Formats: sequence, structure tokens, C-alpha cells
Amino acid sequence: MDTGKSKEQRAEQRAEELKAGGFIPQRQRGKITVRCKAPGGRMTSERLAKIAEVARRYGQGVVHLSVRMSPEILYVDLSDLDDVVRELGEVGQEIASCGKRFRVTTACGGCEYNPNGWTDTQRLALEATDRFFGQETPHKFKTCFSGCVIDCMRSRQTDLGLQGMVRPSLDAEKCTRCGICVRVCQDEALTMAEDELPVRDTDRCTCCGDCIKSCPFDAMVPGRIGHAVYVGGKHGKHPHVAYPVAELVPDDTVMDVIEATMEWYRQHGNTGERIGNTFDRVGIDGFRRALRDVVGDGLLTAEDLQKHGWRSVFYRGLADTFPQYGALD
Amino acid sequence: MESQAMERQADEKIDLRGTPCPMNWVKTKLRLEELEQGQLLEVLLDDGEPMRNVPGSVKAEGHRIVEAAPLEHGFRLLIERAGDATQ
Ligand code: SF4
Ligand code: SF4
Ligand code: SF4
Repeated sequence: MDTGKSKEQRAEQRAEELKAGGFIPQRQRGKITVRCKAPGGRMTSERLAKIAEVARRYGQGVVHLSVRMSPEILYVDLSDLDDVVRELGEVGQEIASCGKRFRVTTACGGCEYNPNGWTDTQRLALEATDRFFGQETPHKFKTCFSGCVIDCMRSRQTDLGLQGMVRPSLDAEKCTRCGICVRVCQDEALTMAEDELPVRDTDRCTCCGDCIKSCPFDAMVPGRIGHAVYVGGKHGKHPHVAYPVAELVPDDTVMDVIEATMEWYRQHGNTGERIGNTFDRVGIDGFRRALRDVVGDGLLTAEDLQKHGWRSVFYRGLADTFPQYGALD
Repeated sequence: MESQAMERQADEKIDLRGTPCPMNWVKTKLRLEELEQGQLLEVLLDDGEPMRNVPGSVKAEGHRIVEAAPLEHGFRLLIERAGDATQ
């Protein structure tokens, strides 16, 4: 033990060690909260049953679902920690992590079962958690996947959020010119052209996919499916809306985006500084340059952000507060 | 457009203008289930939310929309009931 440290410093260090392991010291002396890992908020019934059993045996029979989808077993005795971890481990239930590191990725249902979803949020959340979980970063680093622009997971308030989007494409042969797509589009991105085929204004389109879902004749179909990348968002005492930095990023590039973002953050972020605050301090163009190597022409420019499709996402004047993205050379 | 005659005659009709989501889809589904495979249901729907939801649900259940025509407000869909195996 480091005897040079004061009692408070040691207590703080111990608390940090516990948090790294996913154990949160409670207000009640000697009691801890055990945070269970549930990437994408998905649990097997077997694991849920085990968590319930452990909560009954070692806690007070209560579990709290954290804001980011992790079941937390409350009122566990610090002295029972090893037994709790072992019992949960019997069904493969792992412990989540807290503190300054990559946290368990959250996700909505996505295209697996949500009628609105375009991307396989559940699979990607699992993959991201398997790959990056627990890696250290200057401050906490949260990631999430939303399956469509409705963005139930709030990718715009997350350190790194990925949100599904789809660029529609028209199969003119199949189109009966019924006009349904034009009427369902909430962003007035579609109009009937002279030859009565629907035409899409790419600047206005938010890539929501409503026109695809409602076309009765499968004439409006997915052209390209991918992810919008938002970075630097957070909630908390000083909330931050994330910057949209890339669009239509394909599935197989997503892990590289996460890796590149964490790498940049480690290089430029000060300890205890969320990535959004790092952008406040050093600007965002350095990061955009790093990301361009990964996403290529999916990178968004200042011009892109002025288009209706992006402005409409950040309503109430927020769009006007975007920093000017510089031209990269 | 509204006066334009449909090519095929509907076996059943249901006017769901004024019926909000998701009841419009529930009623559409129940009416379709009363039909025989291949029979046609005409459905009238409001613009907006109903048109964003109902056509997608109809397709997802395996039924086929054979005609779609705009009304002044809303749409008229002609839906062919699918066989049970495809549902
Ligand atoms: S973000 Fe889209 S896909 Fe995900 S839950 Fe919300 S509506 Fe469904
Ligand atoms: S809804 Fe489909 S068929 Fe009707 S106009 Fe649009 S693309 Fe054409
Ligand atoms: S994807 Fe959405 S915003 Fe774009 S044209 Fe279709 S309905 Fe309109």
C-alpha cells in the first residue's frame, strides 16, 4: 500500500478501482451497486433470472435499470463481491465498467425487429462492446446505435453515436406514379416531376426511409444504407449536442470509426475531459481530418450542414451555432 | 383522380379516414382476415401518419397492394389478401 497517500486519497483510489470493475460504492457504508453488462440492452432470460436470484440473495431483492440499459443490483455487501461475481459468471453474466473508459454500447432494436430500423444496431453494439469494452480513454466514452433518424438512442447526445439512415432509390419501371411517397415525406424532399415520376431533392432528404416503407409497389427501394456519425455529445451538468461529422458510413467501416475516434481522443484529450470538451478546446477540424482517412467522402462539410436535411435535425436555431468547418487540404 | 374507376372490383370496402393509428391498421388487418385469399379490400386512409404506417404493415404481412390512388385528402388502397402460408 502507498503510505505516502492520505486516507482520503486511498479511499478515492479504492473507489476508482471498484468503479473500473463495475462496482459503485453506495451512500450506505459498506454497500455497493453491481452494474451488469447488457450490450444493446439485450438479455437472455437465463441471465435475467440469475440477476434476480443474486439480487434476492445478496442484495435487497431490487434491481435498477441504469439510464444506459445496464441492470444494477443494489445493496450488495462489499464482502460478498467475489461470490456475486462468481455466481453471475455461472450463466456468463459479466460486470459492466464505470470510470474513464469505453462503456458498454447501447442500442435500440434496429432492423432486426423494429419496423423503422435500417441498421443492425444489436449486432453492431455487441461487436463494439466485445472489441472496445473497458479500454481506457481520457474520460468516460459512451457509444450507441440508433436504427433510424428517429434516433431513440440519442446518438446526438452521446460521445460517439451512430444512427441508421437510408438513401432511397427509384425503380422507375415499377413506379405507378401513385404519389404516396410524395405525401408521406415530412421534409418535402419529394415532388412529382413533369413525367410524374417522384424526384428527390437530396439536400432536403433526411434519409428516414418513410417513402420506401410506404411505397405499395416496391418502386422506392433502399439505395444505400449506412450510419450518420455524431461525435462530442453528452448530457449532464453541461450538456453538449454532438457534431454530425459523417453520413452513410457502411457497416464494415463502423468499427474503424470507433477506433479512429478513440485514438484521436487519446492523443488530444486531457485527462478528465470529455471528447466534446476537447473539441471546444482544440477545434474539430483535426478530428475531421483523422476521420476522413476512414470515411472518405462520407465526411460532412460546412456546406452539407447548411442543407435542409441536416438543419432540420438541429432545429430551434441550434444549426446556426455550429462551428464553421474549415476546408481540409 | 377520385372519379377514376378502379380496374378491379373490391370485394369489401372500409373507410378509415378519421381513424387514428394504430386502430386503422388493426381494422385493416381484421377485415383482410375475413376475406378469402385473392379477394380485394378497398381501404380509404388519411394522409400523414396513417400513410406512413399502414402500407408498410400491409406489405410486411405479405398482402399485396394492387392499386393506390390519391384522394383530395388521403389515399385509396386496393389490397389483395395473401394466403395464410405467407403470413
Ligand atoms: S431509432 Fe428508429 S429503429 Fe431504433 S427504436 Fe427508434 S424508431 Fe425504432
Ligand atoms: S409510392 Fe412508389 S409507386 Fe407510388 S409514386 Fe412513389 S415510388 Fe412511385
Ligand atoms: S427518405 Fe424520408 S426525407 Fe428522404 S425522401 Fe424519403 S420520406 Fe422524404
